[in-house]
Amino acid sequence: MGAEKKKIKLPVFLTKPRYRSRVASFSIILAGWLILEIMMHTGNLSSLFTSLLVPVCCYIVAAIGLNLNVGISGELNLGQACFMSVGAFTAVCLSGSMAGSVSSPLLRLILAMVAGAVAAAFFGLIIGIPVLKLEGDYLAIVTLAFGQIIKSLITNMYLGFDAAGFHFSFVDNKVELQPGGKMLLNGPMGATGTERISTFSAGVVLILISLIVVFHLMYSRSGRAIMAARDNRIAAESVGIEIFRTKMLAFIVSSCLAGAAGALYGLNYSTLVPAKFDFNTSILLLVYVVLGGLGNMTGTIIATVVLVLLPELLRSMQDYRMLIYAIVLILIMLLTNNETIRTWTMRITRKLRRQTNG
Amino acid sequence: MDFLSYLINGLGLGSVYAIIALGYTMVYGIAKMLNFAHGDVIMIGAYVAFFAISDMGLPLLPAILLSVAVCTVLGVLIERLAYKPLRSASALSVLITAIGVSYFLQNAAQLLWSSSTKVFPSVIANGGISSGGLTVSWLTLITIGVCILVMICLSLFINRTKTGRAMRACSEDKGASTLMGINVNRMISITFAIGSGLAAIASVLLCAAYPSVYPTLGAMPGIKAFTAAVFGGIGSIPGAFLGGLLLGVIEIFAKAYISTQLSDAIVFAVLILVLLIKPTGLLGKRIREKV
Amino acid sequence: MDESRRPVLEVRELGIDFGGLTAVNDLNMEVYRGEIVGLIGPNGAGKTTVFNMLTRVYQPTRGSIIFDGKDTTGCSVVDMNRAGVARTFQNIRLFSGLSVADNVRTGFHGRIVYSPFEAIFRLPSYRTKERLITGQMKELLEIFGLSEERDNLASNLPYGAQRRLEIARALATQPKLLLLDEPAAGMNPQETQELMAMIRKVRDHFNTSILLIEHDMKLVMGICERITVLNYGMMLAQGTPEEIRSNPEVIKAYLGD
Repeated sequence: MGAEKKKIKLPVFLTKPRYRSRVASFSIILAGWLILEIMMHTGNLSSLFTSLLVPVCCYIVAAIGLNLNVGISGELNLGQACFMSVGAFTAVCLSGSMAGSVSSPLLRLILAMVAGAVAAAFFGLIIGIPVLKLEGDYLAIVTLAFGQIIKSLITNMYLGFDAAGFHFSFVDNKVELQPGGKMLLNGPMGATGTERISTFSAGVVLILISLIVVFHLMYSRSGRAIMAARDNRIAAESVGIEIFRTKMLAFIVSSCLAGAAGALYGLNYSTLVPAKFDFNTSILLLVYVVLGGLGNMTGTIIATVVLVLLPELLRSMQDYRMLIYAIVLILIMLLTNNETIRTWTMRITRKLRRQTNG
Repeated sequence: MDFLSYLINGLGLGSVYAIIALGYTMVYGIAKMLNFAHGDVIMIGAYVAFFAISDMGLPLLPAILLSVAVCTVLGVLIERLAYKPLRSASALSVLITAIGVSYFLQNAAQLLWSSSTKVFPSVIANGGISSGGLTVSWLTLITIGVCILVMICLSLFINRTKTGRAMRACSEDKGASTLMGINVNRMISITFAIGSGLAAIASVLLCAAYPSVYPTLGAMPGIKAFTAAVFGGIGSIPGAFLGGLLLGVIEIFAKAYISTQLSDAIVFAVLILVLLIKPTGLLGKRIREKV
Repeated sequence: MDESRRPVLEVRELGIDFGGLTAVNDLNMEVYRGEIVGLIGPNGAGKTTVFNMLTRVYQPTRGSIIFDGKDTTGCSVVDMNRAGVARTFQNIRLFSGLSVADNVRTGFHGRIVYSPFEAIFRLPSYRTKERLITGQMKELLEIFGLSEERDNLASNLPYGAQRRLEIARALATQPKLLLLDEPAAGMNPQETQELMAMIRKVRDHFNTSILLIEHDMKLVMGICERITVLNYGMMLAQGTPEEIRSNPEVIKAYLGD
């Protein structure tokens, strides 16, 4: 009887790796949320950290989307920031024009985020058609090119809203508004006077939704097809998987998540310039994804949080902080990818695992 | 006449892009990696030339030589320290490391020389040749001349020398090259050295045209030149020249005839169109997967 | 007409050129329902090229492929699989990042269909169809002796098991014609024996025709009902194992003059 009792059967979500990763990422988010909310309410969180909460959520969501694209679907995307941009400016414009008609800020935030996600998904579809016809580094450069194009298009857009509706002009500002009207987009100056309606809780909910979407997709017929197309294109076709359609699905979901993240980001600041979402932002998101591990969503969350906070934590180093950031980045890549070091760490983890199992 | 002068200016700008693009394409050809730090090597080259001329009072030619020497050493050093340990790692890891190197160089420059813009001394006499209504500045002529010179020297080196042939062999098949007794690591170092040296030359030409030196100076020319390399077919040396020149001409034409603000968007739109028609760039090879 | 005497595959005057070089020319052959047919020939004879044309990885330059009574001109690789052609590869092509179970599950992609929306919202139809997929996947793994390896990564399997997994994945697409490209390559005689039994079992159990490329003559002569011999991209001979064995042309091609 005693011997039987020793054999404790662990619940399935702790034993199966696919469930384990989900449980890990959900618990990290929920625990983080709880701790930070408590700290905020007891006044233990500096204003600097408080101001970082929403942006971190945005970067996490955009990075999770990018990981679906780069890690799961295996296509290098150097233009994720442009989808954030589309989402952000769509949301800002919508929220700005709805200020009079929808009074509840929460409802406005939700509507704006949905609109941002839909707009970005639409752009994902349009951009995906040429992008996914290409392969490898050529595909990557075209995403970069689209990132630049979108940035310079938004930089040249002027959009105003007044009692008569929307007024739009391109390149030169010809928008003339009636009294009481409002400029929503102002070319290179972007959006100004946005009502700040984003909240940390909305960010956490968005992360949870994006995790659910990505995990549900990954462990399904479509997700398997996406990964199969990544691992072996010809074999995937030979079992009846349409490569283009499959990769398109991953691309659209990825841009959709970036759009929602951008919407939340845009509504967190009173001013937002299009130059915010440039090539550097796309690269930054890629760094989060690669450092967190391709296809590893929990890793993406941790890497994003650490790398957003790192420069802030290094604030005491003042001028040297970005230099240290760069060195840390290089060292992490060298340490995790060097053959000698990797075999060494693998041996240790195997030993540890054997000890815990035996 | 306007058309002709735009064309020549475009070729001048394109020549700079072409010289930078060579660095990208050669490194890609042999190491199969996108060296994102290449743009920042240009920036370092510009600072070295700036200090050599303004602070040390060197004439132009020695200043260029010094800049080339520093960048060559820097390029080899970067490869040794940051990329060589990752020879067997995934392309994406190397890419991120290159981004780290790029951040490092930018921030190091900012610490050493502050983020404020320095004005590059004018090194090439103003004026130029005029005939009819057409005026071509000395700078444009020199830039195009340098580009042609680089092209001739490089193709002689690649096609006629033993080292050049060894480099081509490495970019075809590293394993087989090793078996033939070629030191692959040495070839990669040489490639980085040449690419970085060319970046230094490009930096001086660039600063002679746009005389401001600052830590993120290399970013935009870097992206443009990288685009040019892809445009011509990455890995192909004639492709880098063709891509660079075309990109410069398109950019100047877009600025002149369509819109200054949208010129970048137009350049990238043309790139996308070209890749849709020729998915491996203008002169790139298509490798058929064996089933 | 007798069902078994209707060919599932008819190849007529098939040929392909690669940049002026003719790799396969004027090939005529057919595979009948429930038949096991061998495609043999010296190295470089164009056997794998024939497979690549049958699955439309390469588009033939000349001739026609009639599958299940329909002309397949203009079909894509995916179309051919949906029509009922499945294959394995000479150089094994598994989905290395997926588990053994998921490799087989991908095989059901075109057979048990539901949309990404059903997956994201975990609708009841998702659950029923996934249960169906998992059930059939387990059966296939059982047949190929891979049940133990279910949750391992495909790339961690030993060589022989990888070949079996490829066959299981191909069968998940419920093919009418299964193309096996050197299934016994790299196997020892013991494993080859087991493979022969397994191929017969597959034919009977899954009610499929099999066309296979193989260099192991014992296997080919042992299980194939008919054999086509290729040499330099041309058909050299066709017939029963006995006829092929005694054909002087074939002996000459294999042993040289």
